[in-house]
Amino acid sequence: MSPKGFFTDTTVCIGCKACEVACKQWNQLPDDGLFFTGMSLDNTIDVGASTWRHVAFVERPAPLGGQVTGMGNLSWLMMSDVCKHCKRAGCLEACPTGAIVRTEFDSVYVQPDICNGCGYCISGCPFGVIDRREEDGRAWKCTLCYDRLQDGMTPACAQACPTESIVFGELNDLQAQAEKRVEQLHSRGMTEAYLYGADAGNQPGTGGLNAFFLLVDKPEVYNLPPDPIAPAMEAGEAWRSMAAAALGMAVAAFGAVLTSRTGARP
Amino acid sequence: MAECHPVGFHWPMEAKRRGAKLIHIDPRFTRTSAVADIHVPIRAGSDIAFLGGLINYIISTDRYFPEYVVNYTNASKIVSEEFQDTEDLHGFFSGWNPDDGGYDVDSWQYEGFDVSPMPGGSGRFGAAGERKTERANERQDESLQDPRCVFQILKRHYSRYTPEMVDATCGIPEDQFLAVAKTLCDNSGRERTSAICYAVGWTQHSVGAQYIRAASIVQLLLGNIGRPGGGILALRGHASIQGSTDIPTLYNLLPGYMPMPKAGPHPDLPSYIDGNTAPTGWWSNLPKYFVSLLKAWYGVAANENNDYCYDYLPRLTGDHSHMSTVAEMADGKLKGYFVMGENPTVGSMHGALHRKGLRELDWLVVRDFAVTETADFWQDAPEIKRGEIRTQDIKTEVFFFPCAAHTEKEGSFTNTQRLLQWHHTAVQPPGDARSELHFMYHLGRRLKRLYADSADPKDRAIRDLTWDYPTEGEHDEPGAEAVLAEISGYTMTDGEALGGFLELADDGTTACGCWIYSGSYKDRVNQAARRKAGREQTWVAPEWGWAWPANRRILYNRASADPAGRPWSERKKLVWWNDDRGVWEGLDQVDFVAGRPPSYRPGAKAQGVDALSGIDPFIMQGDGKGWLYAPNGLLDGPLPTHYEPQESVVANPLYKQQCNPARMEWKRRDNPFHKAHDDPRFPFVVTTYRLTEHHTAGAMSRWVAWLAELQPEMFCEVSPELARERGLSNGGWATITTARGEIEARVLVTERLRSLRLKGRTVHQIGLPYHWGSKGLSTGDTVNELIGFVGDPNVSIQESKALTADIVAGRRSRGRRVVTSGDLVARIEEDATERDLPGARGSADASHGHKNGEATEGRTHS
Amino acid sequence: MGMRDMVRSATGWPVLKQLKHKDLFALGETAYSTRTKELAPRIRQADGVTKSVCPYCAVGCGQLVYTIGDKITDIEGDPDSPISEGRLCPKGAATFGLVTGSHRLHNVLYRAPHGTEWKTIPLEEAMDMIAARVKSVRDSTWEAATEDGTPLNRTMGIAHLGGATLDNEENYLIKKLFTALGAIQIENQARI
Repeated sequence: MSPKGFFTDTTVCIGCKACEVACKQWNQLPDDGLFFTGMSLDNTIDVGASTWRHVAFVERPAPLGGQVTGMGNLSWLMMSDVCKHCKRAGCLEACPTGAIVRTEFDSVYVQPDICNGCGYCISGCPFGVIDRREEDGRAWKCTLCYDRLQDGMTPACAQACPTESIVFGELNDLQAQAEKRVEQLHSRGMTEAYLYGADAGNQPGTGGLNAFFLLVDKPEVYNLPPDPIAPAMEAGEAWRSMAAAALGMAVAAFGAVLTSRTGARP
Repeated sequence: MAECHPVGFHWPMEAKRRGAKLIHIDPRFTRTSAVADIHVPIRAGSDIAFLGGLINYIISTDRYFPEYVVNYTNASKIVSEEFQDTEDLHGFFSGWNPDDGGYDVDSWQYEGFDVSPMPGGSGRFGAAGERKTERANERQDESLQDPRCVFQILKRHYSRYTPEMVDATCGIPEDQFLAVAKTLCDNSGRERTSAICYAVGWTQHSVGAQYIRAASIVQLLLGNIGRPGGGILALRGHASIQGSTDIPTLYNLLPGYMPMPKAGPHPDLPSYIDGNTAPTGWWSNLPKYFVSLLKAWYGVAANENNDYCYDYLPRLTGDHSHMSTVAEMADGKLKGYFVMGENPTVGSMHGALHRKGLRELDWLVVRDFAVTETADFWQDAPEIKRGEIRTQDIKTEVFFFPCAAHTEKEGSFTNTQRLLQWHHTAVQPPGDARSELHFMYHLGRRLKRLYADSADPKDRAIRDLTWDYPTEGEHDEPGAEAVLAEISGYTMTDGEALGGFLELADDGTTACGCWIYSGSYKDRVNQAARRKAGREQTWVAPEWGWAWPANRRILYNRASADPAGRPWSERKKLVWWNDDRGVWEGLDQVDFVAGRPPSYRPGAKAQGVDALSGIDPFIMQGDGKGWLYAPNGLLDGPLPTHYEPQESVVANPLYKQQCNPARMEWKRRDNPFHKAHDDPRFPFVVTTYRLTEHHTAGAMSRWVAWLAELQPEMFCEVSPELARERGLSNGGWATITTARGEIEARVLVTERLRSLRLKGRTVHQIGLPYHWGSKGLSTGDTVNELIGFVGDPNVSIQESKALTADIVAGRRSRGRRVVTSGDLVARIEEDATERDLPGARGSADASHGHKNGEATEGRTHS
Repeated sequence: MGMRDMVRSATGWPVLKQLKHKDLFALGETAYSTRTKELAPRIRQADGVTKSVCPYCAVGCGQLVYTIGDKITDIEGDPDSPISEGRLCPKGAATFGLVTGSHRLHNVLYRAPHGTEWKTIPLEEAMDMIAARVKSVRDSTWEAATEDGTPLNRTMGIAHLGGATLDNEENYLIKKLFTALGAIQIENQARI
């Protein structure tokens, strides 16, 4: 199965929040509380345990390339944020119970029947995506609609997205499409357009994102980290060799059990 | 459009990907502006000045489409020499009658030929016998040079709508205006078309119909009507709001845009037919449609000898629209009121006056998903919370019926592109929830039983009413398809389904509930339920659903071909004349007289459809032309003219006359108005709108947690400048006040709202989304409490998109009185001359003080 | 336990799975729970899928309503629709919440004149009460003609305001019945 993911083109996002609701509908997620924030039209604030898609609204005192408005130095950026399904996923690497797995679609999936709510994954995520739900204590996040993918369906958010700001597909295709789109925007005067997390070269700290973005301003403007690094990357080889050692010990132990059982045989 | 029709907005975004330019004109920087190529902020209520500026630009720079304009519009027609323009009369057209506050429209006519407007307007001629109905006597100048031709009248009328005037009126600097004008013209013509989309931001004004007229002039001049990618597209906000006008639950219409009979002029069938049938053009077919409707309703009882039961129809004596009805209700004249799937105390203007009306009723029936603010007006209302009205003093008996959802019943919605789409029943409604079809059918069944033995002539209309719909299931749900079959039409002899309106007759042999929907049940097949996937069809997708009329997807599409019948360009081809086969053919069903070649010219005495030539694409018009100038059919002028809203911050920069002189006003103690302009109490402009996350009056969104959390509270949008001026803080509270009421709202301070400069003066605009009420999960004060009763004279729509108000920091007071029980703010007895020129509103104090009935119906038919 | 069982059981043991699937860090398939392995979209179990149309605005997006028995399990966009191609806005996407939400009432409510509370009444009784009231108002407010004898054939005592989310067929019966009753103040959101 080839890697699948999202390409989110923020230049066509209209901030309608269809992705937020389609996600909640499909995954039957509860509301996150009713709270007027006064932050542009964003009353969701962030992705979390019960909100797996979140549209950020950025009112920016700067013009957008190619756009003319009587408002002068103003543009309004919108971005539908989501779990990035990182190539090197901090949450997955931090999970001690095997609850978080890498699927055949190369997505990162939390198994709710395994998760014991320890919360190690939360600090493992450089994007602050994964979170525990107060009611049941377990960690939740976007599943890339792992269930829908089993039947070849498109994830709920991407299917609903009215303007195809969220595109779902094979990662290779998405990367090619995204690069073409950047070129097109540059040629139309939106020279600030660039890709965020499109691959390992683009974002070494995560090894690239399976859900990557086309942005027109610095990542921080969208509340994205400029240089995200999976914590395990920082631990680097030390962690990896520790894991290998643990595996080796386990094999030895298994051998020992087998031997002793054999030995016990009448 | 991105805000309120996100999925529809997919298509403009797709066009943008392919290089199209998106222009957005809006007082605010919205989600649409965010992705537009050009966004131009405009003062709310000044759009005709802006559109008039475009018209002036197109004409003065020769950017119009000459062949289209000369052949397909009425540009060349010579107008009566009695016509006088607003340029001559300080903002009035000729024909103003100060005694009844309306226009006599005779002087607006063409010379030599009295062209008919839509049925219902035809009574505005002089005596019927005087009508000049022969097109051979039309006078025209195809060089467009005659000073009395429409083109020259248009040119002169808009000559002062210069970029400088647009700046002074709309607050749009010249460079921004010219950027729009140039982009629009660059993208119109043979190879390219431009579409104009609008919604209630254009209609809800005291001169609303003329906003749309102004856009139609722009589009006709540029050749953008009847062509793919062109048009003026109304973005309608409810699933079947188009259907609600086609099959109207509107007082003035019968199905298919035929008028309700009027008491004076239409005492019998011949007078109705004579008064409403156009001598020339497609509306000459009205008798077939009308008689077929009466046959559908009264069946075998309707025959030639009894005027097909014409006498059963109730008669109009004036304006009986929503606002007039509520005003009468507040005066205790109504007894019973049905409200189905609507929440008027939130969704309609002046909630306090609405509730006053509801308190005067004997009984009220509300059908909805949950108890709405309207249903609960007797215990949950601002005046009850304030202690001014006591629940136990309210006499109204109230019934609330739970309704079935669209998933629990079957039927058709007509969407904003005139497309009928069928929705099927997925599950049964819960408990006692039922469809409106069920409610109406079983109410009718009961009433027929109650009147079964009556010998009173007044009850014959009920006894003879055809009401035999099959029912099914444990709830005895009537069959919606059987109703659609009646709407579509059938033959009286054997009940065969009709193929379309061409088969309708005026001799009682056919029945049809709505002629424009005729054929929607062709071959006994539910055409609205057709669902051939879009990807398996052409881009026109003719086999998905069914569009009225006759499954035509683009109206007046004969205009997509040149006068010789060839597409204007390969890129923009849609239908064309095939001379070998002698037919119109193409991607769409042609909206024209079948088999009529481009070369056809009517004979000197031709009448009816025969009077339409091969180059008359606008077949519903008596002259087949697109009307740059409306010689008939509008009550407030043949050309759109900039008038200020009833309540404005400035004097009209263009004319001495401040407001639309023909507007509807309700001068009542409980409906006070502000000064026409510069009212010191109300210095700011208010405009209202919707948000993506909610639906209209909220009954379908405020109760839904997934939507409520996205917009949890009522808020107002203000600019940083206004926030500074009034001490408003982001996230805090503000109170917004008009003479009608006051509301509180959370404050959202945003750069997306900016003050405008008008002639060196700063004008602040306040944005108010209007979805809220006291019920549901997401709650807040109701914006429409602020808005008074004043409206457009043509269509009786209220002016809620531009008014004046005040805003102060903090929450509203809890102890003040509303306008229905006492003045909210100090009353200023205004000087009428500030709003209207002397004499303009001579008889405005008749009855309730609203002059609509007298002006529009009584006068013109006498 | 025999050797055969031992081996079978051992292959289910994570370490062996890790080795077998070259999943050294136990982050992939070897760590799948039974639930994960059997995961499927819930609409796979649907025994019905009904073609529908979004009830909110007039764009007219196609909807698919998935059901198990008389229970709706999912509502999403219909990819076949040439209008919407499977897309929905937030309101359309929330349709499931609209039609299945606990806010929906299942009974007819009645508030008596001067009453201070709602009470539940049976549907049939409510319908009978309304029919009787319509007849009574109509008969008592009937206007046969003007003073000069011009026919009116109407009642100004009953009015109607209809939402524009009703079906065409419903509007047709509303207009047809109320007009036959002689009520003329029949209005709609379309005016507003």
